[in-house]
Amino acid sequence: MTKLAFERPIIQRINAGLPSKYGLPRHIEPLSHIEGVSIRELLSRYGSPLFILSESTIRRTYRDAHRAFSTRYPNVQFAWSYKTNYLNAVCRTFHQEGSWAEVVSGFEYDKAIANGVPPEYILFNGPDKTRDDLQKAIKNQSFIHIDHFDELYEIIALTKELNQKARVAIRVNMDTGIYPQWDRFGFNYENGEAWDALNRIMASTQLELVGLHTHIGTYMMSTEAYKTAAAKLAALAVGLERKHKHHIRYIDIGGGFASRNTLRGAYYPGTDTAPSFDDFAEAITSALMSSELKPETLPMLILETGRALIDDAGYLTGTVLANKRLADGRRATIIDAGVNLLFTSFWYDHDIRPVEATSEQTEDTTIYGPLCMNIDVIRGSILFPLLKKGDHFVIKRVGAYNNTQWLQFITLRPKVVMIDTQGQVHVVRKEEKLETINAQEVVPVHLDKIEW
Amino acid sequence: MKAQQLNEEIMKIKKNLAISDTGFVFDPSTGDSYTLNPVGLELIQLIKSGQDLPAITTHITGKYDVDAIAFERYYLDFIATLRQMHLIDDNA
Ligand SMILES: Cc1ncc(COP(=O)(O)O)c(C=O)c1O
Repeated sequence: MTKLAFERPIIQRINAGLPSKYGLPRHIEPLSHIEGVSIRELLSRYGSPLFILSESTIRRTYRDAHRAFSTRYPNVQFAWSYKTNYLNAVCRTFHQEGSWAEVVSGFEYDKAIANGVPPEYILFNGPDKTRDDLQKAIKNQSFIHIDHFDELYEIIALTKELNQKARVAIRVNMDTGIYPQWDRFGFNYENGEAWDALNRIMASTQLELVGLHTHIGTYMMSTEAYKTAAAKLAALAVGLERKHKHHIRYIDIGGGFASRNTLRGAYYPGTDTAPSFDDFAEAITSALMSSELKPETLPMLILETGRALIDDAGYLTGTVLANKRLADGRRATIIDAGVNLLFTSFWYDHDIRPVEATSEQTEDTTIYGPLCMNIDVIRGSILFPLLKKGDHFVIKRVGAYNNTQWLQFITLRPKVVMIDTQGQVHVVRKEEKLETINAQEVVPVHLDKIEW
Repeated sequence: MKAQQLNEEIMKIKKNLAISDTGFVFDPSTGDSYTLNPVGLELIQLIKSGQDLPAITTHITGKYDVDAIAFERYYLDFIATLRQMHLIDDNA
């Protein structure tokens, strides 16, 4: 006689009348396959934990975003925000789709060059560009987005030394009705600093003013803020046309569109609340089209969208290590992926699923990572199916910022694989080993010998 | 009660609990109600019928695809939850 499947016994209190803090109970559906590939098989082949990227999802998301803007505005260009995910396979997928590169350090700049991006298609942002970085960018005719006056004067000096013109834009910060206002990057719009910087650039024979840039924040849920931002940059462009008869080549509205992840503590899921690419595109392009910019000299519209383009394409899968009871009786489930790999669990209530089918039963569970550190919490409180040691989980929408902000902390970082559009699986980043880490260290000779 | 004793003593479920065949539990002394999953309900019924852990283990491992060691873990965890909810009569 075959035995019945065993499910661990549980009892749960019913809170009649009081709305549960979880809102409506939602059954957590298992997720066993990605693009038709079995997650269990990937884990047994490539080890646990494992990052999985879907190339099809990257391309589909990019095309959706591009369509939303290019059907509303004549000249649209995306520039892939390297810091969001600079795995070369990811960057190259975006470059194949037509994205330029947006970088914020010499390291990212060199990475873009190594990925074959023509230097004149690189936008160089950020407060930290070294003298060497600036020299390289000037010589290569990359677009330098100036962050502050010290940088502006350093570039003027360098162009004289090199006897070469620089292509520059300025980053503008502004009040878009969003709190907190991001005012630490670039030149302020309202107090006239941005206009002063533009006039200073126009006065220089060494600088070619090519564009205006802003990046108003990240995980923005307000399309109105983008309307305001686009209108203010358009007003600056119109001012330049009036005063200097100068037409800029592009308006770069930055990144910041909310992805479909759910912010920590948010009542409604991000899948319900994040505006669509069409919503953002409508706000931005309508502001540009209704500005005083002349139709025959409309600048290119550049977007540096990061998280909204890549979050959906990334998955983190792994294995349940143990279950235990907390002092207050709640269940704790310990998994083999922690905040060292999933930096974004500090921001999001990530969508975590069982890989194998489970029963309808759920229990109030805290999900901990494997680190021996109190901060290592993946989900503080979630009604979760009853997973046992050895069962598998998968976390959705981890494509943005995790493969760049992850930490080599306490343990090593695992493999990253990409499922291509044909369903073939490729390792795109090897797992770290002790030797990987030790290769960077140098032990002074006097510490060679240890006697016990 | 010490953990050790859990294995040896017969648990006493709080006397006046109303337990339905569908796994619904009502505690009239507090007004709280609970739900059990099928295995939880079966365990409560076995405990109420006065069986000790070895007997319960034999029954469960004979019927379900679980070994005795794994089952003991889940059983002790379940008892701890019942105690936390004050559904076990420790003074009986
Ligand atoms: C200048 C700039 N552009 C683009 C981005 C990408 O932002 P997001 O991922 O929010 O779209 C960032 C991120 O901080 C940024 O600083």
